[in-house]
Order: sequence, then C-alpha cells, then structure tokens
Amino acid sequence: MTEAWRVVLVAGIASMAIKAAGPVALGGRALPRRLMGLVAMIAPALLAALVVTQVFGGNRELVIDARVLGVAVAAVLLAFRAPVLVVIVAAAVVTAVARGM
Amino acid sequence: MRVGSADTIRAGFRDAIPLALAVGAFGISYGVLARAAGMGAIAPLVMSLTTFGGSAQFAAAGVLGAGGGAAAAILAAVLLNARYGPIGLTIAPSLRGNVFKRFVQAQMVVDESWAVASRGDGTFDRARLVGAGLAIYVFWFAGTLLGVLGGDFIGDPKSIGLDAALSALFLALLAGQLRSRRAIVAAIAGGTIALALIPVARPGVPIIAAVAGCLAGWRGSGVDRVSPQIDSHEDGPS
Repeated sequence: MTEAWRVVLVAGIASMAIKAAGPVALGGRALPRRLMGLVAMIAPALLAALVVTQVFGGNRELVIDARVLGVAVAAVLLAFRAPVLVVIVAAAVVTAVARGM
Repeated sequence: MRVGSADTIRAGFRDAIPLALAVGAFGISYGVLARAAGMGAIAPLVMSLTTFGGSAQFAAAGVLGAGGGAAAAILAAVLLNARYGPIGLTIAPSLRGNVFKRFVQAQMVVDESWAVASRGDGTFDRARLVGAGLAIYVFWFAGTLLGVLGGDFIGDPKSIGLDAALSALFLALLAGQLRSRRAIVAAIAGGTIALALIPVARPGVPIIAAVAGCLAGWRGSGVDRVSPQIDSHEDGPS
C-alpha cells in the first residue's frame, strides 16, 4: 500500500469514528440539564477558537495579514446587522483587494 | 412528519449553498494540492468522502508533499478533526434513529453544517444539519474531483479572499451564538485559549483546547434561554 493510501485509510476511519462517537454512544437521549448547559457553551467557545485560528493562525505562529482587514470589515458590518451574505462577500472583496495592493 | 422533515432538509441544503460554493472552491485547490503531493487521483477523492474535513485534508496533503511521512500526515489530520469529538457530543441529543442511522447522520457534521443547524440554545435541528451537510459534502467532493482532474483554473482561492470569506462566516455564526452573558464569556475564554496556544502547539490542538472555554461560561444552572419561542422548529422522531 502506498503512503497516500495508508493516510487516506487511517485518517478516514479515525475521522468517521470521531464524528460518530458521541451520536452513536448517546444519540437521541437528552443530556442531563446541567450537562446540557455546559454543552451549549461549547459552540461559542469553539466558534471563537475557529475564528481566531483562521484569522491569526500560521504554522505555530501568529500571522497578521490581509485576512485581518477583511474580517474586521465583516465585524463592523455584523455590528450594523448587515445580511450574512453581504458580510461574507465584503470580507472576501476587501481581503482580495488588500492582497492585490 | 416525514414531509416536514424533507422540507427542512431541503431548506438546510439551500441555506448552505453560499457556503458550499466557497467550500467547493477550496475543494478544487485541495484536489490540485493533493495531486501535486503525489497522492494520485483516487486517494484524494476517497479522502474527501471519508475524512471530510478541509483543514485535516489540506494538512495531510501538505505533510505528504513535504515528505513528512504517513505517520505525521495521519497525526495532523486526526488532530485537526479531533474537534468533531466535542462537536459530536453537542449534536448527539438531536440525532434520532438506530445506531446505523445516527452513524450516517453524524458523518454530515462539519463546522459549517453544525453551525447552520444550531438553534443557539444548545440544541440542533437534525434535518437542517443533514441538508446543510449534504450540500457541503457534494460541493467538497465535486471540487476535489475538478482539482484532481487538473482544473487549476481558479488559481489560489486566497487570491480572491475566500479564506477571509469563511472566517467572516464563522464570525457571523459566532455572533448569532452570543445571546447570553455566559455565551460571551465562553467565547472570550475559547478565543483566548486558542490565541495563546497557536504559537506553541501543533495546528488543531489550540481549537480542541479552546473547548475548555465552555467551562468559563458554565454556572451549572441549566440552559438559559433568551428567546423561549426558539423551539418553534418541528422536531420529532421520524
């Protein structure tokens, strides 16, 4: 088996198992109320981490580049309750223009 | 019930199309990169159907292309997809059906579909999750296919700012989550943990560690709902 296929096989099986673990183990059952309160806080914590790593993340370094400008514009537009599609397109355009300069 | 559910699946699919287009563009660049990394044509396609995680697949192809070896590529991919462990916990109560059905539905979970399906109170709309997940899945695979076939016609998605578009999307999804003080505290904690770990930890680790930020927003008092009428979605066993 080639290296690529070994990666595809192992990473694929591992990923499918990781995704399925929670739903297969306790799917359909409601979590205890206290635990539900905790689990509900995973979404904001994880989304904030995704935003931070996407905007500033490099390979083991913090990077500040044109992305920051685009996402800053997105933040301002969101504060003014602009539609999400407008926010996304604006972020892309601002970033692309800043990269082209 | 079944008809309503099918409608919601279609609605989830439709709502995810703008995101799926951006994901598809990244799929093309993943296909091109994977081919250049010597993965051949079929392996990247199978990876898009099974690993189904953009950052994990880019990292694996990157490691292989740089001659880093299979073990390092697998480690990178697994670390980057490890966040789907806690994410799976959040959606578990919303998924119904037998073990096989739950296993298949769980495969439709990626960041985008998870966020689209979120009701903001810790519960998730299963039909929207499946619909949005299918849209992302189809476009991600189609993009990969175009990429491995040599379709390098869009060039680097970053040159048209698509990476910032996805970041803006997650920012919008985050903004929708910030409906209580506890959620804001959890977001600040999660963001701070990630920021602190980016320079010192492998990619993927900062995001998993940031899950601990949920503890900061937890006072153990159950779910505080800002808008109780949010449960108006249909939801029942199929």
